[in-house]
Amino acid sequence: MSTPESTREIAPKISVRDVQKVFPVGKEPFVALGGVSLDIADNEFVTVVGPSGCGKSTLLNILAGLEQPTGGTALVDGKPVTGPGPERGVIFQQYALFPWLTVRENVEFGMRTAKVPKAERRERAEHFIRLVGLEQFADALPKTLSGGMKQRCAIARAYAVNPSILLMDEPFGALDALTRVRLQEQLLETWSKERRTVMFITHDVDEAVFLANRVVVMAARPGRIAEVIDVDLPYPRDEDMRLSPEFGALRNRVWHAVYHQRQIKEPAQ
Amino acid sequence: MAVTSAGATRDGNAPARPRKNRTFLVLNIISIVAGIAIWWGLSLAGLQFPTPVEVVSAAWKMTLDGTLATDVGASLGRVLAGFALGSVAAVIVGFVMGWYTVARGLFEPWIQFFRTIPPLAMLPLVLVLMGIGESPKIFVIFLAAFLSCVISTYQGVVNVDKTLINAARVLGASDGTIFGRVVVPASTPFILVGMRVGLGSAWGTLVAAELLAAQAGLGHRMQSAQLYYDLPTIFVGIIAIGVLGLIMDRLLMIAGNKLTAWQENR
Repeated sequence: MSTPESTREIAPKISVRDVQKVFPVGKEPFVALGGVSLDIADNEFVTVVGPSGCGKSTLLNILAGLEQPTGGTALVDGKPVTGPGPERGVIFQQYALFPWLTVRENVEFGMRTAKVPKAERRERAEHFIRLVGLEQFADALPKTLSGGMKQRCAIARAYAVNPSILLMDEPFGALDALTRVRLQEQLLETWSKERRTVMFITHDVDEAVFLANRVVVMAARPGRIAEVIDVDLPYPRDEDMRLSPEFGALRNRVWHAVYHQRQIKEPAQ
Repeated sequence: MAVTSAGATRDGNAPARPRKNRTFLVLNIISIVAGIAIWWGLSLAGLQFPTPVEVVSAAWKMTLDGTLATDVGASLGRVLAGFALGSVAAVIVGFVMGWYTVARGLFEPWIQFFRTIPPLAMLPLVLVLMGIGESPKIFVIFLAAFLSCVISTYQGVVNVDKTLINAARVLGASDGTIFGRVVVPASTPFILVGMRVGLGSAWGTLVAAELLAAQAGLGHRMQSAQLYYDLPTIFVGIIAIGVLGLIMDRLLMIAGNKLTAWQENR
């Protein structure tokens, strides 16, 4: 699929080279990733979709520096990933907001660890809180927010440390359908204002097509890339786009690529 | 009935709560009054109980001659000293155990072993080694508070949500920052539960320690009253112990609720 020949002329922002991840489970090791290669260009929005057990979250965690590959290399800006870094923001499905901190304090967390002066911290937090539309809840604790608001806060928190890459691990997976659609539109709006390289994991085919420049379809056992589908629909995307025949055709293609794998034994989860 | 009418103006099931709380409070009061009435009845019926009036007058006399204040002061001083030392040590040891596997391996067998021994069982040994001053009593109380609180703190550190630690890591936090700004706040609820258990345990141990070896304190007062068959004084002692224990527990609970108001499901 994404062999070096197919990459863009400029050096890729993210470059995954034959990355493997094997978990030693019992006698037969579990191959979460069996040699995955993928290039993501600067400011590209890539979604990764696939059945559970296909290793999409493992791939994201390796890029985030939270897990180490057992083979191959993951490069960001040409440098191998050795651990987490502020240039890579991560958004988790479980929101992972610090429940004892207010929205503002959560958004300021990364800037505090980076020792950003207080005044600048305030100002930047304010900016990103406004960007995700939470200005009325800046001093609220996470427990008072809805799921969608929590995830918006997490997005603001990731943006606030000014990463060049956003790694999103099924961020809208726990939300109801309507909230999810709304957040997808808001995310694209945010992304159009503050361009970043995005890798977005999902199991929702509609979501994958709606957001992406490129949809990477993964397959399980062993975890691998099954197909890469370009989404040549123009941004900004809206509801009409979602209902257009072009969108429908792409969705069918991705759907087919994902669910065509059904014959393979279901992973135990 | 102001509560009911105010509740009725609200919508949905909102009024159910205040009314329920009110009912609960009324039942509490009825129960207390009935309990005292039964006590009174039993003592009048010839059981060897002092009547509530006798107990109150004994308490009044002890308040006037200062013995009650002295005893309460002595007991509270011991329990607070032992409890404070025990909690601080428990939090430190609990954090170290939760954070470093080596420390966990080294501390755990000893803590598990001493946890099975009631702190009071150490008293004879401690009295021999530390004499009959304040230190042996404070030491057993320290032990009681420490052993109750340390496991809970350690559990709190171990149970910190891994996602929160990862979230801090990807935001650039160092190990030190993660400890101070994620692990410590995330384990506060556990520590507070441990402290409440520790306080109860410390208070119980204190009174028993005073019964065995003390020159002042509520336990000592009851012990000497026993020699003179002075039942009202014993009752005053029992009630004072209960009331003080309850007050300390409630204060700790209120402080805890303030500190952990951020918790999701409560």
